[in-house]
Amino acid sequence: MYTQGLLDAKDGPAGGEDAAQVARFEARVAAEDKVEPNDWMPEAYRRTLIRQISQHAHSEIVGMLPEGNWITRAPSLRRKAALLAKVQDEGGHGLYLYAAAETLGIAREEMVEQLLTGKAKYSSIFNYPTLSWADIGAIGWLVDGAAIMNQIPLCRCSYGPYARAMIRICKEESFHQRQGYEIMLTLCAGTAAQKAMAQDALDRWWWPSLMMFGPPDQDSQHSDKSIRWKIKRFSNDELRQKFVDATVPQGHHLGLRFPDADLRFDEATGHWRFGAIDWSEFRNVLAGNGPCNRQRMQQRRQAHDEGAWVREAAIAYGEKRRAREKTA
Amino acid sequence: MSEKTMPLWEVFIRARSGLAHKHVGSVHAVDAAMALAAARDVYTRRGEGLSIWVVPSAQITASDPADKEMLFEPTASKIYRHPTFYKVPDDVGNM
Repeated sequence: MYTQGLLDAKDGPAGGEDAAQVARFEARVAAEDKVEPNDWMPEAYRRTLIRQISQHAHSEIVGMLPEGNWITRAPSLRRKAALLAKVQDEGGHGLYLYAAAETLGIAREEMVEQLLTGKAKYSSIFNYPTLSWADIGAIGWLVDGAAIMNQIPLCRCSYGPYARAMIRICKEESFHQRQGYEIMLTLCAGTAAQKAMAQDALDRWWWPSLMMFGPPDQDSQHSDKSIRWKIKRFSNDELRQKFVDATVPQGHHLGLRFPDADLRFDEATGHWRFGAIDWSEFRNVLAGNGPCNRQRMQQRRQAHDEGAWVREAAIAYGEKRRAREKTA
Repeated sequence: MSEKTMPLWEVFIRARSGLAHKHVGSVHAVDAAMALAAARDVYTRRGEGLSIWVVPSAQITASDPADKEMLFEPTASKIYRHPTFYKVPDDVGNM
């Protein structure tokens, strides 16, 4: 999901780790004991978590951009206040997650640098443009809906600081999905043109939302170990199916059709069966060639550079204050 | 990154009067006043608290998880520290 970009990582066997110590660690995790920052952990567990939590944080931060695009053009004060609060939450969620990742021994500055140099990835979904106001509804309904589906099991992640951050995030996020669905409801109850706008947003966001869960299980390099270490609780395909099952009836309630000719209800299993996902599009977006990759990175770098003087001034002020306290 | 870094602060919030402050996460800030302001913005957007403490992370002294057994194991055998260790006849009533 927000951590789907874990495609290029290598988790080689860590040298010099005591097999008995690793076995004790795995037994603890298997018994649902939580791992805390100062506890011993295998290097691969630490690396996997740093990569996953930092990607998740980057996704929250970059995720502010497509929605921020509509704050000044929200159709009413009520919508504007809600969107502003949602984008502010996303900034907050990024900060909770950077703080959780820092407990593993990486500095926030280093993570930010990895994002800005393109070394770290963020979710592919934020590389799509928000062309109309209905996209803000579709993002809340679908993108936040998919995020919640993925994040609820993360509240039980074996790493304590990540699990605690996810509990806070999940509590705050249910408003995000509801406000998005409410926007869709309003548009679908409006004029024909407004309903067409909602349909167009669903047409464009549906497949990218399904891709948020990451590659299919047979191609996912990291699932086995992540599930054994209880970082992940469900596979990509399991979560994707749960999302489709929950979302399709919501779309029908809106009176919209999904852009999938193969979508049908399977009476035998009780699941909605969906058509083939275009994984070449997913790989292409992750590789940096989505509609907005370059713009997003350019905006993040610009924001970072333009904020440099604030950070520098704050540090200079702190140093001055400390120097005065010493001489006083 | 060539920039200087800001110190880390641990954030504790009292949710209601009568409750203890509880650790919620951390923030970066150059001094205590800015750490408080950042903690307020990041951790209390929905009426989560009535009071915030910020503590420089470097000032916390913590026990080593490797010493867990040495520190805490001895109490496991001292069952006489718990009320259920003592037998009182039922007809005495609640004690």
